[in-house]
Amino acid sequence: MASEVVILGGGVGGTLCANLVARQAGEQAHVTVVDATGVHVYQPGFLYVAVGNQRPAALQHPEASLLRHDVTLITERACKVDPVDQKVSLESGRTLSYDQLLLATGSRTMMEEVPGAKGVHDFYTMAGAIRLHQALEEFEGGTIVLGVAGIPYKCPPAPVEFVFLLDDYLRGRGIRDRCEIKLLSPLNRAFTIEATSKLVQPILAERGIELTGFFNVESVDPVARTVTSLEGETVEYDLLVLVPPHRGQQLISDSGLGDDRGWVPTDKNTLKHVNHQHVWAIGDATNIPISKSGSVAHYEATVAAAEIVAEAKGEPAPTHVYDGKVMCFLETGHGQATTIRFDYDHAPVSPSPSRFWHWAKLLFNKTYWHTVPQGRLP
Amino acid sequence: MSITIAVSLDLKGLSCPLPIARTARAMRDLGPGQLLEAFATDPGSVPDFKAWSKATGNQLVESDEEGGVYRFLLQKKEG
Repeated sequence: MASEVVILGGGVGGTLCANLVARQAGEQAHVTVVDATGVHVYQPGFLYVAVGNQRPAALQHPEASLLRHDVTLITERACKVDPVDQKVSLESGRTLSYDQLLLATGSRTMMEEVPGAKGVHDFYTMAGAIRLHQALEEFEGGTIVLGVAGIPYKCPPAPVEFVFLLDDYLRGRGIRDRCEIKLLSPLNRAFTIEATSKLVQPILAERGIELTGFFNVESVDPVARTVTSLEGETVEYDLLVLVPPHRGQQLISDSGLGDDRGWVPTDKNTLKHVNHQHVWAIGDATNIPISKSGSVAHYEATVAAAEIVAEAKGEPAPTHVYDGKVMCFLETGHGQATTIRFDYDHAPVSPSPSRFWHWAKLLFNKTYWHTVPQGRLP
Repeated sequence: MSITIAVSLDLKGLSCPLPIARTARAMRDLGPGQLLEAFATDPGSVPDFKAWSKATGNQLVESDEEGGVYRFLLQKKEG
């Protein structure tokens, strides 16, 4: 009898893993994807929507169009997992039984956790990116501040990329000389990775972007238009953009499958739930101390798929495990970009910013829909 | 010179960025030359305290570890 494989979440990781399991297990598994919206969203594009370089519609495709025909899609919210009885309850009251379960539920943003930050801008949701773009279009001059209100957050390079793209945008509008851009970093440098920070910090200085270190956003005073850090510093702004605090999904917490922030305790190599059999987790949903990014979800999906297929077929677990591989692009403005590649055993490397990597990033963003979800890229 | 410690912070069990953030905030209330000691269990706080003191000009007078607890002694910069 075919194994029932249930995948919660139709993002990069869940979609790719569903297609790989269906392809590799053939008749020996039946795959079901449960996704609340049925719409697959390419989140790396939000950054470009904010600065007006991307149409929002181009970042969304129906999930059904990305899944193999032999994968079942249920467009409904999953409410609870019972890892003992191996069941998932859906909002309608329907229950799915599983032999193998993949948690690819991603993360959610929680701006409401920051006192005073209601109405502050962000580019971590489609609505946020669209609203930020409107605010930028109306902006005529003053201080734009970008701060980080919680670690971990999705796409570690995004704040640095945003200030570079913002610099380009303001130059394009001819109002750069009337604007100040301030980047408030939680660390002593621009970016988590030291080598990449050394590369981008001189470019920040060259573009007149002011970097303040050790600034972990604690609260906002929307009347005085100031943002204050846990360290006790206060900075004034005219337009404030925050990276919101992130959490795992409610379903994870409600099912007792996560830690106090809803992240799933996951083995960093096998991607298995630390406490439960037949449960795997990938992407943003895990507590693995690695970038929350599409590339991680992509690489992890191939490993989780191989593990799930082996169990479904009753074969020994594959020897290939997740090695912590991450590959990110980082836009540095002026039509240039760099990349950051590393894994658990190898320190990050970044080439000098060039037009090549900028075009590679744009090409990847465009071809994503026909390559990544289908497993056509390694 | 007196070697009295003005403030002692218990940051055990807290993880990045809280140990250094709480310390930075407490240091603001200190007068020039005053000492602050902090106890933390997050191994990441060792490079954090080093980097923070270098970046702000406050001196990391001592940094040691005993039984998994890191102790830092910082002196507020003059002026």
